Amino acid sequence: MKRFLLFLPLLIALVVGVVLFAGIGKDPTKLESALVGKPVPEFSLKDLHNADVVLDQSLFRGQVTLLNVWGTWCPACKDEHDDLMWLAEEKGVNIIGLNYKDNREDALLWLDRLGDPYRKIIYDPRGTLGFDLGVYGAPETFVIDAEGVVRYRHVGVVNKAVWEQTLLPVFNDAQGNG
Amino acid sequence: MVRIVYLMLVLLLSGAAAAEVADVYDFSDRAQEQRYQNLIAELRCPKCQNQNIADSNAPISKDMRDAVYRMMKDGASNEEIVESLVGRFGEFVRYKPELDSRTFLLWATPAIAVFGGFLVVAGVVIRSRRAGPSGPALSTEEKARVDKMLAEQERSS
Repeated sequence: MKRFLLFLPLLIALVVGVVLFAGIGKDPTKLESALVGKPVPEFSLKDLHNADVVLDQSLFRGQVTLLNVWGTWCPACKDEHDDLMWLAEEKGVNIIGLNYKDNREDALLWLDRLGDPYRKIIYDPRGTLGFDLGVYGAPETFVIDAEGVVRYRHVGVVNKAVWEQTLLPVFNDAQGNG
Repeated sequence: MVRIVYLMLVLLLSGAAAAEVADVYDFSDRAQEQRYQNLIAELRCPKCQNQNIADSNAPISKDMRDAVYRMMKDGASNEEIVESLVGRFGEFVRYKPELDSRTFLLWATPAIAVFGGFLVVAGVVIRSRRAGPSGPALSTEEKARVDKMLAEQERSS
């Protein structure tokens, strides 16, 4: 019994070590979305390109979609723009944009200059759909399956590595089941 | 002189204004306002992760405060308000997480720590009782030496 007690500090150190080691490399600023497994919230917002067209959640039915939240005020959105263009043009990925807390003129100018990778863009100047989606900082990218159910949320820039390692497996999985 | 005092006052007051998150909401009474303050104090900002939404200047915190205010005006209960935000931003926004299977250990840790400490103290006490009176008794030889020393000391004083 006494001898066992001598090993107690070592044992405690080992347990604490394992627990702390498991936390290394996890980015605490990336939170899992509360919407995973739930349908896209109901919304009714205008199309960025055409203020007469009203879009709603039925937009996400029928095929697997990447929903990309962006704004012209967001520097990281500019960083990922080329990769979104690559995804849309080279990979044929169906991307829908959510123009978040932005204004129409700036957004259209941005698309003119940098290209438009989006099939449709939802114009959300007050951030209402963004709020319902739990968006806390652009850019964020959601994978939404053909039933309109959120499968995954990525916080931060999408680049080729993120697409191949993180988003593509979820995307393929959603396509398989859809 | 007057100018300097004036300048200092301006600096002082502007500092106070900048330090506060500037929102203006109307409440029907003090209790409602207190309720609002309590709610935003225990909701956590998802962007600036170690601040509550009462202290945070992040745009998302402003949106969350607006939502709390709006829901209060619509007559929602505290639970409904917190649930609706948790439904959007996840369990993370609660500074006081619910008691469930995932958070059980978190809530139980203080009790486990107190219980562990109690076990250690009980162990120490029991062991010292079992060992009997502390230190071995003096041998006759040592006793004789002590007597001698005491006697010497008495004589000298």
